[in-house]
Amino acid sequence: MATSEAPATTREPGQAEPKLPHRRGARRASARAGAWHPRWFWPSFAVPGMVWLVVLFLLPFYVVLSIAFGAVDPLFRTPVPVWNPAQWNPFQFELLYDRVFGPGGFLGPAFLRTFAYVAAASALCLLVAYPVAYYVTRYAGRRKGLLLVALLAPFWVSYMMRMLAWVNLLEADGMVNNVLEAVGILDEPFPWLAGQPVTVTLGLVYGYIPYMVLALYAGLDRVDQRLLEAARDLGASRRRTFVLVTLPLSRQAILAGLVVTSLPMFGDYFTNDLLSGSPRTSMVGNLVNDAIASPGQGGQAAALVLVMMALLALPMVLYIRATARASREAGR
Amino acid sequence: MKRWLTDPWRKPRLLAALVWGYLAWSVLPVAIAVWFSFNAGRSRSSWQGFSLRWYWQDPVLSVWNDPDLQRALLHSLRLAVLTTLVAVPLGVAFAIGLDRWRGRLAAGFNFQMLLSFVLPEILLAVALLFLFTNLLKAVQLGTWAQLLGLVTFQLSYPVIICRARMLSIGSEYEEAAMDLGASPLKALRHVLLPLLSPAIFASAVLVFADVIDDFVLVRYLSADAASEPMSVKIYNTARASPTPALNALATIMLFSSLLAIALGFFVYRRLTRGERTQESTVEGFAAQI
Repeated sequence: MATSEAPATTREPGQAEPKLPHRRGARRASARAGAWHPRWFWPSFAVPGMVWLVVLFLLPFYVVLSIAFGAVDPLFRTPVPVWNPAQWNPFQFELLYDRVFGPGGFLGPAFLRTFAYVAAASALCLLVAYPVAYYVTRYAGRRKGLLLVALLAPFWVSYMMRMLAWVNLLEADGMVNNVLEAVGILDEPFPWLAGQPVTVTLGLVYGYIPYMVLALYAGLDRVDQRLLEAARDLGASRRRTFVLVTLPLSRQAILAGLVVTSLPMFGDYFTNDLLSGSPRTSMVGNLVNDAIASPGQGGQAAALVLVMMALLALPMVLYIRATARASREAGR
Repeated sequence: MKRWLTDPWRKPRLLAALVWGYLAWSVLPVAIAVWFSFNAGRSRSSWQGFSLRWYWQDPVLSVWNDPDLQRALLHSLRLAVLTTLVAVPLGVAFAIGLDRWRGRLAAGFNFQMLLSFVLPEILLAVALLFLFTNLLKAVQLGTWAQLLGLVTFQLSYPVIICRARMLSIGSEYEEAAMDLGASPLKALRHVLLPLLSPAIFASAVLVFADVIDDFVLVRYLSADAASEPMSVKIYNTARASPTPALNALATIMLFSSLLAIALGFFVYRRLTRGERTQESTVEGFAAQI
């Protein structure tokens, strides 16, 4: 977009000023950017938001650190935060380590399960969502707007309602069992809601697939159609065009989709609670939720939160950097 | 058959079937849940005739007459309105400040804001719970804590959406206004804010609809049954042999967020009239998400 060229140059002070002899006003504006405003003018707009984030985003995580590395009240077993980092004590992490890796570590399976469920669910999301997003960007034609609305619809249905809908369907006398029995696949009702990994994984897929569809749609929609036409014109079959052109060009979108679906899955505990409710399928999110709910386990909850932050830091940062780059490119 | 298979320009029937299958799979379960909220009987799996029993006719168990469900509904709406009123102005100012300031500090805060956007909600919820129970004890769990938490979690919507729009507006219009003698504040108020209004509006709609559905944060920061909104009600009763009144509650919730989105879409279309063709309005609005 031509209109965004000039401000783009004003924003990078390190770059040489481009010569714009015909646009004296614009040139003066860029040469003196900021001179018309008092220096505090723009920062003052950001201050309320900055204060908000410091108090309600940074500070809470400092409290989590102080509790995870803090002490425990000997009488009430409630966590006692230790504010001074010099006095921090890692015993909560040692306890957590024992519970995960130690002999009889009962938390280890939950970690493994989380990775297995999230990997399976994200892969399924990708397998289902890719063709859908591909069709909507390439073949929907006049119906594109309508299809897009249909794809976005699940975003505006509460997650809880979507899970409630499946609880209704999967109950022992629910529609799924009724249909399967009527067709003759099942002889007796299958206990879908009694701790089945399949149910939990499919529940995660159902819950988070809209994010994948949207990420892939955004990526595939940016693929230059002329490249595909060129490939076809040069004799590539539909499949070769897809494998050699579309797929490589959508790699970023696939990665973004995998990150946006798997991050919330890692923090999910309610899907599990509603669709299984059994400790046989509990995930890391359930561990955090259980620790919060049970007295004396606050320190463990804080330690688990920090472990999750550490595990998810890399995908989060990579995703943020990728989106920042994409938005810079879109603005050009 | 062979000719159809080897035709390089054939219509992708299989793909189309898959898309319709996907849409059916994503919509049907919810549609069935809505349908059973109108069931005359207690069952949520066998149809016993149409009635509005679970909405208001039942004197005890219907949404209208059950004080618990009614309170949950009102609390959800209250949180959605309050959060939108705080998060949107705060976020818009934040977006303007970050976009024009461009310092190292601004970049750091921008990163923090994006981090709050991708962080799994449960981590922020636990952190805020610890904050309010250990340090900022003046903030009572309940509506206040929920409001502060929701604003923190939703702040990134208006910031991201407004910054995306500011990127396409550029700063020429403001500079032109100031060349013609407007003060910085006047240029902001009469030039930038009107140009930003579609983005501001879209983000308000998104925040509202998202808060109505929020579950993790509001549950951890609630104090008692009185500060539990609809989503928590559904979570608490979904596995404990609920009546179709729960489906009715979920249906009301569904229609309130759909109404907000539909209204938002039409106002957005009016605000951006002349900027886009009608077909891409959906995409423009979708791109805001």
